[in-house]
Parts: sequence; C-alpha cells; structure tokens
Amino acid sequence: MSEQHRSVTLTVNGRTHQFDVPVRRLLSDAIRHDVGLTGTHVGCEHGVCGACTVLMDGRPVRSCLLFAVSADGAAITTVEGLAAADGTRHPVQQAFTECHALQCGFCTPGFLTTIAAALEDNSHPSEEQAEEIISGNLCRCTGYQNIKAAVLRAAELKRAAG
Amino acid sequence: MTQIFGEPITRREDARLTTGRGRFLDDLGRHALAAAFVRSPHAHARVREIDVTAALDVEGLIGIYTYDDLDGPLAEPLPLLIPHPTLTAGRTAYPLANGIVRHVGEPIAMVVGTDRYVAEDVAGLIEVTYEPLPPVVGLTASRDGDLLVHDDLPDNVAAHLMQQTGDVDAELAAAPNTVTFTQTIERSASMPLEGRGVYARWDAQDDSLRVYSSTQTSTSVRAAIAAKLELSPGKVEVIAPDVGGGFGVKIVHPWPEELLIPWAARLLDREVKWVEDRREHFISSAHERGQIQDITAGYDDEGRLLALDVRIWHDHGAYTPYGIIVPIITSTQLLGPYKPRAYRCAIDSMYTNTVIVTPYRGAGRPQGCFAMERTMDRIADALGLDRAVVRERNLIQPDEFPYDQGLTFQDGRPLIYDSGDYPESLRMIRELVGWDDFETVRSQAAAEGRTVGIGMACYVEGTGVGPYEGGHVQVENSGRVLVSTGLTSQGQGHETVFAQIVAQELGVPLDDVVVTTGDTRRFGYAVGTFASRAAVMSGNAVALAARNVRAKALRIAADALECSVDDLDIIDGVVQVKGDPSAAMALSTVAVLSNPLRYAFDNAARAATQFAPRADPLRAPVDEDDEPGLENRDYYSPIRSTFASGMHSAVVEIDRDTCETKILRYAVVHDCGNLINPMIVEGQIHGGVAQGVGGALYEVMHYDEHGQLLNASFMDFLMPYATEIPHIETAHLQTPSPLNPLGIKGAGEAGVIPGSACLASAIEDALGVRISAMPVSPSDLFELLATDPERTRRGSR
Ligand code: FES
Ligand code: FES
Repeated sequence: MSEQHRSVTLTVNGRTHQFDVPVRRLLSDAIRHDVGLTGTHVGCEHGVCGACTVLMDGRPVRSCLLFAVSADGAAITTVEGLAAADGTRHPVQQAFTECHALQCGFCTPGFLTTIAAALEDNSHPSEEQAEEIISGNLCRCTGYQNIKAAVLRAAELKRAAG
Repeated sequence: MTQIFGEPITRREDARLTTGRGRFLDDLGRHALAAAFVRSPHAHARVREIDVTAALDVEGLIGIYTYDDLDGPLAEPLPLLIPHPTLTAGRTAYPLANGIVRHVGEPIAMVVGTDRYVAEDVAGLIEVTYEPLPPVVGLTASRDGDLLVHDDLPDNVAAHLMQQTGDVDAELAAAPNTVTFTQTIERSASMPLEGRGVYARWDAQDDSLRVYSSTQTSTSVRAAIAAKLELSPGKVEVIAPDVGGGFGVKIVHPWPEELLIPWAARLLDREVKWVEDRREHFISSAHERGQIQDITAGYDDEGRLLALDVRIWHDHGAYTPYGIIVPIITSTQLLGPYKPRAYRCAIDSMYTNTVIVTPYRGAGRPQGCFAMERTMDRIADALGLDRAVVRERNLIQPDEFPYDQGLTFQDGRPLIYDSGDYPESLRMIRELVGWDDFETVRSQAAAEGRTVGIGMACYVEGTGVGPYEGGHVQVENSGRVLVSTGLTSQGQGHETVFAQIVAQELGVPLDDVVVTTGDTRRFGYAVGTFASRAAVMSGNAVALAARNVRAKALRIAADALECSVDDLDIIDGVVQVKGDPSAAMALSTVAVLSNPLRYAFDNAARAATQFAPRADPLRAPVDEDDEPGLENRDYYSPIRSTFASGMHSAVVEIDRDTCETKILRYAVVHDCGNLINPMIVEGQIHGGVAQGVGGALYEVMHYDEHGQLLNASFMDFLMPYATEIPHIETAHLQTPSPLNPLGIKGAGEAGVIPGSACLASAIEDALGVRISAMPVSPSDLFELLATDPERTRRGSR
C-alpha cells in the first residue's frame, strides 16, 4: 500500500510553504508537523472543541476538519501570527494575560484566533456578543468568565490602539 | 520591600502560552516514530487470537507488539499504587491484555509506525478473535453479583471500608426524628483539553532514557519506568512539559503507555511518541463520581443532626490501580463543617466492566457533600425550617478548632480540622446571594410567570496532604534566582506563585526568579500534584529553601561588609546595611563569594574580589557544616492535612415548558487561608464551579448494557461551553492555617465540590420535586414533574 501525495502551497503567517503531503493529511497536522508551528492545538479532532481554530483567508476554521490539500493556496493565520511584526502582542493576547483568561493554555490558541477574527468584524462587542463569540470553544480550566472579560478588554485595547 | 506575596500578579506563563510558544507533549519529538493501540471493542472478553497478517504490508510499519512480547516486570500486572488494608481484592491490568479484557478500550496490541496515520492503518488491519463474556455494567448489576468482572471474586467487591465515630445505632434509636433516602450520582471525568501523551528517547551510548509525559507526577513516573524496565532511576529522566490540564486523571501512573513507549524506544533505539486521541481518552483513561448512597439520619426537633448512617456503593470500574482513595475521601469528607454526634459510613467499592475510576477534581468529595447537604435539606424540609438555619445549628464553632472528627483521613492521619470560621462563612454567603430576601425575588418572579429557586451547599476540604514536597532555590552569579520543585503544573500558575513566594522571602525582584516544575533533572524527589496540595506543599518548601538562602546570603554579606547579620536586609536583590544604603552588595556578588573558586573567569567574579573577606589562614575555605554556592534545598512535610472550606449558593430558573435549568446567580464564599495570588485562586474557583455545573446538569457517561460508552466524544459528552456557565460571584474569608509557615490551604478542587448538592437544592426549591439523582437533565425534570409522589405532599410551587 502506498499513499497518494499532493503538493500543497500554504501561506502561513505571511510565509509561503510548499510541501508534499499525503492527501488525507489534516490541515491541523500539516500546520503542526509539516510547517512546524505547534501553537495550533488539537483537543478533539472532531470539530467540537475549537482548539485547532486558525484563520483561513481571515475567517476562523477548524483545522482538524480540513485536509491540507483543500487549503491549497490559502493564507493561514495561526496563533503565532497574531502578534505584530515587531513582536507586540495582539490586543487579545494582552487581554488574556490581564484578565487571567487562561490556565493550562491548551485551548487558548483557538480562543485567541476566534476572538481576533471576531474583533475585526465588531470592534465594540456587548457582553452578550462576547459570550456569543466564544460560545463554540471549549475550555476545561477557566469557567469562561475571565475569557468573556478578555474579549471586552481586547476590544478596548484594540480601539485604543486605533 | 514591595509586597509580592498576596498580590494579583499576572502570570509569567502567559507570554509563551498566548503566543503559541508553549511546549505541550505533542509539540515535541517532531520526527519520532508514532504509536497507536489496538483496543478492545468488548467490555468483557477472552482474547483468542491476534492475527497480524493483513497488517504486515503497510508501508511504514515498524513493529507490532502484544502481551507475548513483554518480559520481566513489564509482563506482570501494573502496580497497585496505593494499597489499603480494606482493599482486600485489588486488581490491576497488564500493560497489554493478557488473554482477557475487562472494559472497552483496554489495550491489546501496540503498533509503531513512521507516523500516526500509518500506525492507525496497521492497528485497523490487525484481526483479533474474541470470545465475548457477559459484562457487568452499572452498580446495580455489580451489586447483584450474578455476573462477575474478575471470576475469582464472587461478589465483585474490591474493598469494604468503614469509618465511624460514636454509637450510630443507639443515637438513631434515641433520635426524635429520622429520615431515610437513597440517591445516586453519575459518572463524569476529568476530561482535560489535552489528553495523555508520552514521548521517549533512548540514548544507547549512555544506556539512559529520557521520557516526556503529560503527567501530574514526573518523579513517580520515573520510579515506575525504572522499576518496570529494570533501569537504575539515575538513568531515567522524566519531564512533564506544559500540560494541558489534568484534574486528576494524569496523577494515575504508570499508564500502560508510559511503560510501553519507553520500552519500544529502547527496543528500537528510536524516538517513539504516542498521543492520546479524544476517543481513547474517553474509553481508556479514567472516570469518576458514580455512587449509590443509602442514607439514614436522626435529628432533633431543632434540626440538629444526631446520627448519620451512610451506606455507599462506589463504582470502581474494572481495576483499582489507584487504590480506593476516592471512596476513602467520600467517607471522611462527607461530614463537611458539621458535627453529628455519631457517624457511620460503610462503602463497598465495586468492580464493573467499565473504564477505571480514579480521582477527578474533588476526588470523592462532591459525592460526600451531596450526601451531607441533601441530608440537611431533608431535615429542613421535614421540620419546615430554613435550610440555612438548619446548617447554622450544626456548624462547628470557631472556638472548637482544632476539631477532631474522630476519623482517619486519606493520608492515614487523624481527621482534625486545623482552622476555619464556618458561621462567618455562612453569614457571608447569605449576604452575598441575598438568601434572606429570596422570598421577595421568588414572588416577583412568580408574578412574571417565572419559576425560580435557591439552593446552598457547604463543604470542608482536606488539602495539602503529605507526605512531602521539596524546593530548591539557587542564586546564580548573574543574580538570577532559579527555583525548582518536583511536582508538576497543569495550569495552576505555579511559575508565578512560587516565584512570588521566593521573591518575597528572599527580597528580590519578581522578574529575577525563574521557576521549573516537574522535571526530574532539576528536582528528583516529589510526590505529585493532586489533592489541592501544590501551593501548600511546594509553596512552603520553596519558602523554607528561600529562607535558608536568605540566611546564608546575610551571613556571607555580613562577613564581607564587616557588620552583623542583624544590621542587614535584602531589598530588590541588594544586601544593604539598614539605614545606610551605601554599604551594600548585590546578591549576585554574594553568590560569587559563596563559591570560593580558584578561577575568576567572568566579570562577576572579578567584581566580587573587592568584597572577598581576607582569608583566615586558620579556617578552611568552606566550613565543615557549609557548602559552596548560594543555594539550598529544603522540604516541607506536614503533620497532617490543612482544611479549607467554603459555601456556595445558586439561584436557578426552570423553564416550565422545556424544563431547562438556567443558573441566574452563583455565589461562592471561599476560605483557603492566606492567598498567595488572589487572581489565580479566583481562577481556580471559576474552573471548579464550571466543572461542578457540568457534573450537576450535563455530564454523564452513557454506558449501554453491553458496556459500550455511547457518548465517547465531545459531540455527545456535554461539557459546558460559555453559554452554560453563569457569572460567578466570589467572596474570600481568610483563616490562616496554623500548620504551615505560609498559613495557606489548598484551593484547586474546592470550586467543584458543592456543585451538585447546591444545584439540586436550588432546583428542588424551584419545583418542589425531590432531586435524588445527579446530573439532572430537562427530561429528568419533566419526568419528575409528572410522577414525583412526594411533590403534592410538599406542595408544588
Ligand atoms: S481539535 Fe479541531 S475542533 Fe477540536
Ligand atoms: S485553559 Fe486549560 S482548557 Fe482552557
């Protein structure tokens, strides 16, 4: 038995990577093991926990539910790509620290990418909208209260930064 | 000196964890071989044949291993970690099934391949012939004893344990009132977002092994690997990297994979890694909670509990590798903040053909709390008294500490509460939630056609159990302070809180302190992170080590500055003469002086020479009772546990049409003694409450009669999202522990303990139906509303 391979081109956090993958390789595995960016985590591999969320052409997607080949040509942003080029952390990354919105940090990358994308659409979320934004991600540690607070704080920081 | 201890300082872990620079197990070993396991699809079966023929042609296959390939200690059953005299029929599994499997998910064969996809392909092609045996599923079936889990155990009983104080029978006979009832609590599980995982590297030249494991105890994993693979412990290093949550399940060790992966790495002389997937976590890690409780209480007309007689059947799953810690804790922590005259708790720990049961955050306490708190509610109900009043009348009073409950706790020590103020706690929770004004809230809601209720539950939690933890503190020549302790971290912020402790004790800036946990290369002696013990045990150990380093630093500096130790203080990393900041030397310089070298190879050493005291030719450069280096290792070993406590109160609204429960308010009063970092403690409470809510309303392991776990995925096991968790209001009470230098108590598990009891109380209060089984789903409530025979008697609201 030998597997079918395909070449894929992914632009991850602004850098283009071209490599051969078996056609069944999950995007999450390709990002983690082929590209070598392990900030994207895998908590369930069945699309429920959201830990593997990355931005594909700006929209949040669950990378465990996509094949690498189906992302061919896409621009991907992972948690490693949220900070500014000079290393300044994204407002949501700062807000997570300020609000103690993470404990073990395993779910965190998925929350950060999801929230970062949501704040692009809505710079002034209400408390209900903050809950709505994170309502598709699982966290077993924090009880979510501080994550909700971090959404609001991140929006505030982002607005202040202009 | 700025205050660091007790401040809500943001975490140093966050910089890496928010930027994708954390190092979790699967982030390591990018080029390692991957392992996958063939696991039993049957709950109970004999393994007749394992045929690998079809699997052999898979490209990338490295090896397939079954029980027959194991030898030496590895071929023996896994260790029974915590024996107990009452665990008369302890049973453990083999690393790979030896002819029989006793739960779905038990490992039968290990496959190693070039990557995980390949290894799973191979696993799928291995044909195992089973002879299915009838499974024992559920406590009732196990108790009936018609079918057996272990055929040499005729009653499925692993252990029968008993805790008692006073004469229960006499007190019950004399009691003016009694109540008897049965209740059940379902299975749930720790369910960390990151599953287990092991990555092993064998160094053939050095005959040594390095293992990374997503564990709550790296030192004990090392000891287990050394014993099972017949290696000297000095040749085994175990490191817990960043760990994505534990909540108890990762304290169990050695898991089969923790032995088999290193074993394969040595056998193949290649790096090997295994990362658990979510389904594997559901069916082959561990669960907790499942109990049936028969309770009889005797009480007087004032609601004072005179006697409590509890009979519990505890579902232990197929094996007992972690002993009977969970039922022991249930039986001892059940008493909470109360003082019945007589108490008896008899527990049968039962085998079933399901995943093993080992501690999950709370570890038996939520069940005990459920028993006691529902008893309080029953008494209040029967006497027509306010539930808070009944509790108040039963509380241990502040002047009664230390209070001896007359039982033996999980550490084998007497169950003596060290400190607390339960009446104050009750007053605070009533105030926080508005308990005394709730009837107004209820009638307002009723006027709007809404059904609301309020509940309450109290607990006492033995935390910081021994035997010990250690800490090492070292000031480097650079002035950087390295701190290490052997126990591990899974999100508790230890890098921050231990740094706070050391910075405060030593007198250095927080940023100069770097903490390492769970790495046997840095600290070899440790017990592990469980039982809300990390802050108490390692916190005090690093504090003691820091105090010793401080004393040594002052001694050396006093010598150099030619003054008395008493004249010195350490402020911001500088040793100074009090009142004369010009006479000072940096701690980094003291570090250099502490090590009388022959060689001055760096600037720090050269700079220090100006301070070097003139050598006394009659004294050895290093005194007999001294050692070089500004460092110290010390241990904290408590005489017994310290007891944290708290009270929760919840307001719920039940939708009459959908029977859905919505938590309108959730209030927590919490006392864990002195707080090292209130922000982190608060976070621990939030997380615990969320798990309590999950256990009370959503989480259950649905086993069918064949022993198949029907909801082994995040799609079907309903872990709460943000939409299910209420805003949590907290208030802190601080009664320091007299047992340890920092006066702290553990905080890790508290939040989860009273969840089920508190919400059952609130739902019962809202609907007037008796809640005696948790979790309680909308369908359960619908059924109860239709059928509860007691409801009319109590009058529906
Ligand atoms: S890992 Fe993709 S959603 Fe859980
Ligand atoms: S911080 Fe641990 S799962 Fe969210």
